[in-house]
Amino acid sequence: MSLTAIFLQQLANGLILGSFYALVALGYSMVYGVIKLLNFAHGDLYMVGAFAGFGSLALFSGWLGAGWAGIVPSILLSMLAVGLLGVLIDRVAYRPLRDAPKLSVLITALAVSMVLENTVLAATGGQFTAFSTDLGFAGIDLGLVHVTYTQMVLVGTSVVLMVVLELFVSRTRYGRAMRAIAIDQDACRLMGIDVNRTIALTFFIGSALAAASGVLAGVYYGSINFFMGFLIGLKAFTAAVIGGIGNIPGAMLGGLLLGLLEAFGTQIPGIGGQWKDVFVFAFLILFLVFRPTGLLGKPEVERM
Amino acid sequence: MSTAIAARAARSPRGMVLSAVLILAALAIPLFANGYALEVLSEAWFYVLLCLGLNIVVGFAGLLDLGYAAFFAVGAYTAGLVTLKLGLSFWFSLPLAVIAASIAGVIIGGPTLRLRSDYLAIVTLGFGEMVRIAVRNLAVTGGASGLVGISRPYLFGYKLDTIGSYYYIFLALALLAVAASHRLENSRIGRAWKYVRSDEDAARAMGINHAAVKLSAYMLGAIFASIGGCFYAAKMTAIAPETFNFNQSLLILLGVVLGGRGKIPGVMLGAIVVVVAPEVFRDIGSMRMLVFALSLLLIMLLRPAGIWPERWRWG
Repeated sequence: MSLTAIFLQQLANGLILGSFYALVALGYSMVYGVIKLLNFAHGDLYMVGAFAGFGSLALFSGWLGAGWAGIVPSILLSMLAVGLLGVLIDRVAYRPLRDAPKLSVLITALAVSMVLENTVLAATGGQFTAFSTDLGFAGIDLGLVHVTYTQMVLVGTSVVLMVVLELFVSRTRYGRAMRAIAIDQDACRLMGIDVNRTIALTFFIGSALAAASGVLAGVYYGSINFFMGFLIGLKAFTAAVIGGIGNIPGAMLGGLLLGLLEAFGTQIPGIGGQWKDVFVFAFLILFLVFRPTGLLGKPEVERM
Repeated sequence: MSTAIAARAARSPRGMVLSAVLILAALAIPLFANGYALEVLSEAWFYVLLCLGLNIVVGFAGLLDLGYAAFFAVGAYTAGLVTLKLGLSFWFSLPLAVIAASIAGVIIGGPTLRLRSDYLAIVTLGFGEMVRIAVRNLAVTGGASGLVGISRPYLFGYKLDTIGSYYYIFLALALLAVAASHRLENSRIGRAWKYVRSDEDAARAMGINHAAVKLSAYMLGAIFASIGGCFYAAKMTAIAPETFNFNQSLLILLGVVLGGRGKIPGVMLGAIVVVVAPEVFRDIGSMRMLVFALSLLLIMLLRPAGIWPERWRWG
């Protein structure tokens, strides 16, 4: 392959990877933006979403087939199920600790993540599950690279979901309530905002986005497992930090940047595939140390 | 203050008698226990050491560290490299491991001290993974298969190659860790840790150098784990990167949180529970981590300060 072809191919790979990261980062960032909670379980919701999508597809493929006709309703069902799971997690684990010290909340979030991961591990026996679809490799040739329709739909779906979310948060009254809660919960209560319901809604949307990303990743990679959420959770957090945590366009930007960085990073001699994750974490630490507010974030003081 | 000291003095004879009885019992166990029981109990003492080390960071200083297994790895690999690649005696690895762990503690602690508490958690997690991936990828550390054939050390001309000898080694390390934790907790630095934990700004206003205080917590915690790691390498004679994965860090954290953050007997209890419970309930087998995860969640919701809590409100 010529250098240009490699470049274009990695650009395509990076954008696809980046759109998965961006979708997961959005949920991370939203929940963090609203209640300042680092939801460790977020990456695992992506994983549960992939399994829910797998189950739904098994259900739908009988009469809709395993093409897009079956995949789209599977994505929607998985988003609904995982969204409700997110609300349940908030209700059971996070709401009782709303005023607890941060360390307690962080450990609880970690516990939730472990519960989700190990439940799926126990249910699947830790095997890789093949996520087979009827999607082929048909696509269009853009000069030197071949882009499949599947890849285009994946990126397109992510972009549409991000735009819808941004409009929801910036234009609707629910979005305004979320932004208000991020600033002052007590004042919101006095102004008649149902704080707990709005937070539940935040969890629903964030979890549903993670689920959508999970199903899309399953469709794209063709294989899912109980551990798939761990690393992507970390990387989505990295993406959210790069963009500026709590900032929706920032999460998208961070996700895409990280995806591109990873795709091109694997091409650098000496770094290659096996050092890829070290590279990402080093990037995260550098960002946190030198620019903790990210590219688009505003400076912020930790609340006492 | 004086009443507290008087109360401790009044309490101490009973506490000392009880401690002495427990230590004697622990010393006598190898006289009648079989190899399997000794194996499990050695691991329990080993976890007491690790959990007490993490307790300095999480319990005393109130900082979440999700990559603690990395320090354990630093010790184990130092011992492995010193004996295999440098051909030196095992005992040289101890001072080197302490130095390596201090440096690792500063590397991770230094740049991250100014971070918010939740960022810190993620960074420590990332650091733990970086160490694991690095030892898996480097040639000198033996790659994915790790280091094999680490020679057993001699102590006073006696070769440490039975499970009984390692039982006593780990028991001694655990007791040392308890003593060191007690001394640290009641020292000037121990009070500074707890001050920073409860109110960092107030502590700074009182002239406490919060960065130095946090850094010392990381370094001392790292030293506990790396000394443990050296003896772990000597006992196992083979080490591999996957021993030091995220689950390992989680198990150590679980011992600390389950038992009671900041409370030395609580943390010891937590460490022993984490090791012994899966052996007692053999049936749970592969569900071990799920049961642990659920118990961690329940303890956080119902008894957030742990089974044997410190007399301080964790909220």
